[in-house]
Amino acid sequence: MGKQYETVIGLEVHIELATKTKIFCGCSTAFGGAPNTHTCPVCTGMPGSLPVLNKQVVEYAVGVGLATNCSITQYCKFDRKNYFYPDNPQNYQISQLYLPVCHDGYVEIETEGGVRKVGIHEIHMEEDAGKLIHDDWEDCSLVDYNRSGVPLIEIVSEPDMRSAEEVIAYLEKLRMIVQYLGASDCKLQEGSMRADVNLSVREAGSEKLGTRTEMKNLNSFRAIARAIEGERERQIELLEAGKDVLQETRRWDDAKECSYPMRSKEDAQDYRYFPDPDLVPVYISEEWLEQIKASQPEFRTEKMKRYKEEYDIPDYDIEIITGSKRMADLFEETTALCGQPKKVSNWLMVETLRLLKENGLEPQDIGFSAQHLAALITLVDRKVINSSVAKEVFEVMSREDVDPVKYVEEKGLKTVNDEGALKKTIEEILAANPQSVEDYRNGKEKAIGFLVGQTMKAMKGKADPAGVNALLREALSK
Amino acid sequence: MANIIDDATIEYVGILAKLSLSEEEKEQAKKDMGSMLDYIDKLNELDTAGTEPMSHIFPVQNVFREDVVTNGDDSEKMLKNAPEEKDNMFVVPKTVE
Repeated sequence: MGKQYETVIGLEVHIELATKTKIFCGCSTAFGGAPNTHTCPVCTGMPGSLPVLNKQVVEYAVGVGLATNCSITQYCKFDRKNYFYPDNPQNYQISQLYLPVCHDGYVEIETEGGVRKVGIHEIHMEEDAGKLIHDDWEDCSLVDYNRSGVPLIEIVSEPDMRSAEEVIAYLEKLRMIVQYLGASDCKLQEGSMRADVNLSVREAGSEKLGTRTEMKNLNSFRAIARAIEGERERQIELLEAGKDVLQETRRWDDAKECSYPMRSKEDAQDYRYFPDPDLVPVYISEEWLEQIKASQPEFRTEKMKRYKEEYDIPDYDIEIITGSKRMADLFEETTALCGQPKKVSNWLMVETLRLLKENGLEPQDIGFSAQHLAALITLVDRKVINSSVAKEVFEVMSREDVDPVKYVEEKGLKTVNDEGALKKTIEEILAANPQSVEDYRNGKEKAIGFLVGQTMKAMKGKADPAGVNALLREALSK
Repeated sequence: MANIIDDATIEYVGILAKLSLSEEEKEQAKKDMGSMLDYIDKLNELDTAGTEPMSHIFPVQNVFREDVVTNGDDSEKMLKNAPEEKDNMFVVPKTVE
């Protein structure tokens, strides 16, 4: 029988903070600007420029630390991590090695075997690097420093995870906490959340950790799961063949489903950290800490409890809605406007999720406002439009956030409440479908459905189906 | 000189600092670094057991900026610092991971 192996995984998660400006200068962090339009002497590493810390970065970092049960390092400072790479214009990255802002926390994840704790070793603040673009025509690379200096927090876990499922549960938990805090949108595809996976294998039952590798370039949950499987297999194969696992950084190629070493051994990994003399220490007083604590938002568990008390909606709805901060916010805002929690919940859980899934989007990408959803619900309530028209309007709203009241008016989608016109249409339909009329009179109940459908079609969908049904029955009973 | 820098060390430090030194320069650097380490040894004679490491010479802390955008598009000026530019970007030697 072959040996049994256990996978041991720890994660380094980088999260881009949702500040308006960079960590050490007043340049915008807006995504997608033309190259180098958000740069200044500080974030392009010009000699003599001086960094000044963005206070909001400290508050977000402490907020995440508190939400992940960390101890806060009240006296912390920044260090320089020295390395040469063109996306790093200073030839050092400002980071925190000796006194990271948060340490020794944990989050709880749900696994098949019940609730488990994943330890958080530390959280530190640092700056992002620029973006390197490889020129297709000439033998050179081009650098865009717009991202240089965008604030990051790096959350370093303990090696507490044992499978891809646990890793994903941990990442989803972190993402939820950070999104609830409003500290980042945490989009893996856009790189505002990035995970490096440290993985080793050891014989089941062994206490000693095996040699680990670090895997980078993982930009979806799917890629993470596949990379973990692939790396586990690769390391087991090496061990089975009596070879050693080398401690190295590997890059995952999701298209080829394999990884390869990133840096050659000749490239020294010696960062020669030292305290950054350009930045003064940060002291987080009790008072400041209390202020941050007081402004922590309501997290999911508390929210679920409150929803149960405040809104009369099923547990299942609560579970889904509180699964994303954006959904929960929309739910609360819309309900406050229209006073119909269950109806709001239905629109979010059914139509909204369907459209997001069809378009491969996430809740943060929801395009309509609470005002417009509330208006749409009111239109249906007042029978101004029927539910199938409402769905059509909703699709347009999701794409363009149109005002449903105006849209319905402009496109002439209002339900026709003119009984005279409706009766006239019904007479025409009955005259045109003698077979169905006869079937109905002979007791075939189903025939009414066909007649309702025909009438709705003739009315171009702008009638109240229940009203049509009633009027049809009345006409047929004559 | 108590501290002797060997050839392997000077080679390694050269790689880290991205410097290519001539044989002569290497010898000079070995001497300089040796005497720097001697000076550190001298400092090590002091008892610093109860002293917090100092990271900054001024007794100042908490110098912050508010999170407000103060810089506009200054790319034209920034790119004047580039040895070469193309498509509003800094041109650097081809660098692939």
